[in-house]
Amino acid sequence: MVNLLMANPDPTVAERVERDTEPAPSPEHAPLYTFQVKNLSVWYGEKRAIDDVTLHIASNAVTAIIGPSGCGKSTFLRCLNRMHELVPKTRVEGTVLLQGDDLYSNSVDPAIVRRRVGMVFQKSNPFPTMSIGENVVIGLRLNGVRNQKFLNERLEKSLRMAALWDEVKDDLHKPGTSLSGGQQQRLCIARALAVEPEVILMDEPCSALDPIATAKIEELIHELKAQYTIVTVTHNMQQAGRVSDYTAFFYLGRLIEFGPTTKIFTNPSQRQTEDYITGRFG
Amino acid sequence: MDAISGPAIAAAEPQSARRVMTPPSRFGDRAFEWLTLAMAMAVVVLVILLGWELCRGSSPAIRKFGFHFLTTSTWDPVAEQFGALPFIYGTLVSSLIALLLAVPLSIATAAYLTELAPLWIRQPLVSLIEMLAAIPSVILGLWGIFVMIPWLRDYPFPLLKRVFGWTPFFTGPIYGTSMLAGGIIIAIMILPIITSVSREILRSVPNLQREAAYALGATRWEVTRIAVLSYAKKGLFGAVILGLGRALGETMAVTMVIGNTPQIAASLFKPGYTLASVIANEFTEATTDLYLQALFEIGLVLLGTTILANLLAQALLQTMSTTSTTRAVQ
Repeated sequence: MVNLLMANPDPTVAERVERDTEPAPSPEHAPLYTFQVKNLSVWYGEKRAIDDVTLHIASNAVTAIIGPSGCGKSTFLRCLNRMHELVPKTRVEGTVLLQGDDLYSNSVDPAIVRRRVGMVFQKSNPFPTMSIGENVVIGLRLNGVRNQKFLNERLEKSLRMAALWDEVKDDLHKPGTSLSGGQQQRLCIARALAVEPEVILMDEPCSALDPIATAKIEELIHELKAQYTIVTVTHNMQQAGRVSDYTAFFYLGRLIEFGPTTKIFTNPSQRQTEDYITGRFG
Repeated sequence: MDAISGPAIAAAEPQSARRVMTPPSRFGDRAFEWLTLAMAMAVVVLVILLGWELCRGSSPAIRKFGFHFLTTSTWDPVAEQFGALPFIYGTLVSSLIALLLAVPLSIATAAYLTELAPLWIRQPLVSLIEMLAAIPSVILGLWGIFVMIPWLRDYPFPLLKRVFGWTPFFTGPIYGTSMLAGGIIIAIMILPIITSVSREILRSVPNLQREAAYALGATRWEVTRIAVLSYAKKGLFGAVILGLGRALGETMAVTMVIGNTPQIAASLFKPGYTLASVIANEFTEATTDLYLQALFEIGLVLLGTTILANLLAQALLQTMSTTSTTRAVQ
């Protein structure tokens, strides 16, 4: 399996995986990985939140990150767009390459990273003082786009991609917070899409939504992967099984197992993974 | 507790509970309710009494001068001619100057403290600002007379005159004691309250809002602008109104630097007078009944002005919340 990459300190496990792992992809398949994370470690002050994680995230696919609370999955996600830097006293070691560019090189402005890597959060967070339409195009405005025609086109396109256009097209002037919870979350997805990022990170995007709204978001994730690489953190095992192509299982800051979702869910090679997936802990 | 013993205990509960527990006495609850009601009413009664006392004390003056009291500018205790217009003007203008100076400074300080300042700077700076609020008004006034006024007279005022001398606001001789000096001292006095209230308001902006902006690739300034300040603008307006309330009633320090001359002049270099200052200055000298009554009426006007400013602010706040959300992209 090409994308099966593991980071486990247990040597016997590492050996076994090595045998299962095919050789690295040749350069002609170049944009196979959107992210190449190598030996990533993160500290919050003295506390080590991520411990030597190596993981490659495939392009145009959905990668789910699962694991019990406090396992570092959110921290890992936030390292992919440097959002963890908002927390004071964080320290990062290792490299994160986005399409080959080192995100942590000194010359890189985190604001530029975040324009390339969009993010959707646990709770929907539209800007309450802005209308639905303004919420969608604010990212473009921040990038200095002033052309009203372009903004309107991108507004419609983003809302259509977020499967929200038909529901809000007559109410674009209403405040973003006037929508239902599920609609607000799709509005936030549209807002992330409007700047045309290369990747979309989702941090438990459905945890505050009811089952119907959740189903809509999951369907949307499925559609978006044709054009975007998506990395999603989820607490919901069924959701990881439904939406993702690859699954990474984190435990206590370490990557225990990573592979195609079907394999992780049917035939995990790690005992811990199996225990977590079958609900024995976590 | 496991599932089997659960119902058994639940069934036993009513009986044992009846034996052990007496019905709660309602007396404590009632007493508490009445006590708190009495306290709440005491505040209302106090305000009514205050207003009534002011009205009573000033009623002969109100009858004598009528509406002219508010529209004439002669203040001549010897001739018993009393007009409050210069004081109303002085109060409003000095407060306005104070707000113009203090609001941007306070909100910028609050934004710096919550959004930008490194952690080790925050607490000392907050303590310093709170200390500023603890300085007695009269001390600040003394500092105003001996330090601020000479400095203003020598450096900023001549500069203002050179640059903005073509407007009517910065003309005429520079004495130092002036409307502008009064406004500046009020600005210093209301700075702590606006800053600390604004800081609390900015701190209450959910982090999720900031993250939303950061995730779009916003810079720190852009995050502060689109996610923090705009989210908090109603609250910040409230902070400004609190500051205005203080500014209108500020007495001691202003009295010491504003010049205490009842006149209406366009130039901010000219001395002025405020409602609060005239009461403080002249109450002991008010020898005739009418003089005293006129000062009572000044107090009434000051109270009215403060209430009016607050009402106006609340009305503004109402319109702000209804229009801010209707701006559209298209």
